[in-house]
Amino acid sequence: MGKETHSAEMMDEFMRLTLRDLCFDCHISAEYVIELVEFGILRPRRGRAPSEWVFAGSDLVRIKKAERLRRDLDVNLPGVALSLDLLEEVRELRRAVEQLRREQAQRESP
Amino acid sequence: MEFKDYYDILGVNEDASKSEIKSAYRRLARKYHPDVSDDEDAEDRFKEVSEAYEVLKDDEKRAEYDQLRRYGSSGGGFEPPPGWESSAGFSGGGFTGADSRDFSDFFESVFGGMGGGFRQQRGQGFAMRGEDMHHPLSLFLEEAYHGCEKAITLTKPEPGPDGQIQRRQRNLKVKVPAGVRDGQNIRLKGQGGPGMGGGPAGDLYLEVRIAPHPHFRLEGSDLYLTLPVTPWEAALGASVQVPTMDGRASMKIQPGAREGQKMRLRGKGMPGKQRGDLYVVLQITMPPKQTEKSRELFRALADEVPFNPREHLGV
Repeated sequence: MGKETHSAEMMDEFMRLTLRDLCFDCHISAEYVIELVEFGILRPRRGRAPSEWVFAGSDLVRIKKAERLRRDLDVNLPGVALSLDLLEEVRELRRAVEQLRREQAQRESP
Repeated sequence: MEFKDYYDILGVNEDASKSEIKSAYRRLARKYHPDVSDDEDAEDRFKEVSEAYEVLKDDEKRAEYDQLRRYGSSGGGFEPPPGWESSAGFSGGGFTGADSRDFSDFFESVFGGMGGGFRQQRGQGFAMRGEDMHHPLSLFLEEAYHGCEKAITLTKPEPGPDGQIQRRQRNLKVKVPAGVRDGQNIRLKGQGGPGMGGGPAGDLYLEVRIAPHPHFRLEGSDLYLTLPVTPWEAALGASVQVPTMDGRASMKIQPGAREGQKMRLRGKGMPGKQRGDLYVVLQITMPPKQTEKSRELFRALADEVPFNPREHLGV
């Protein structure tokens, strides 16, 4: 194993990215980001004009997920928008179900 | 090397039409897509399905594969026949956007990989950034809370001395920052796939999955803890010890506390730029065994306190 330890950065709500950062990191054009905003797949955290837009680290992760769904499942942008929202909801519901199961198991244990 | 039966993988007959193959692929791709499925082996299954489709959707590759299938599925391990050379080759996926670097050794032995293209592109002065890679990272809550160093093993495409791309197992030590949340991604710059023609390497994204903790539940940046208290602590109030991720803390329960009452210990949740809180949920718990004296005291309480908890049910 390599001796070097690699530091990881959190892709969270506090990481601030400009439109340029987003385009560079995701290898996409500014026009495409504007389209993603128009379809509601992305929501700028700040700024009215595209040149003023500020995004979060989690938005970059969302774009990458959108790109994978589009590429691998041949989904168009309205489909991607719907899939991302539903996947998020499914994830929350799965977590809630798991929590309820665990609470029930605890109640039923002697 | 194991022979891969692409028809089996897609669940179609060997005389399946192109549209049947496409339909089977689409169904399985939706099922096993790593962004959709929660299955542990979803990514491997998805790659397998993509690889099968990459071959069976293409008439030329399919014909070559069928020929090998008759030769190779006769039993034992698989090796392409001596002198085998595919004329179909790999030219990058169509709608799958498939990248042969993700495919199996079996695929590469039959149809070749990206190696030739890599050398050619470098010769033409064409530079391309490497692919970003994604990998899950399982952590215990304690590791996510305090931050930790984790060793992970990845299969990465890497150029060999001859310029051919080969898949190699690589171990990586990662410093995970304190306060990562479940489902959050962390990024390691330059640790993804290699760039082409002198282009920079891609990034590695690790998706954090936090294992359920026996006592604490994580919700966003807040932690939840169910705290058992006695009926008399709830009735009379008490100062109790509460476990937190940083050790014990004292908490005051006000007299007349109710079952399910939520109390907040500010700043005792997950660390980070916006530190979370710890919510303590009270659970009034009866002693497991009664003595004659305790039964006597409960009888006295029943006589003393007129209380019908079922009044709202009309009984």
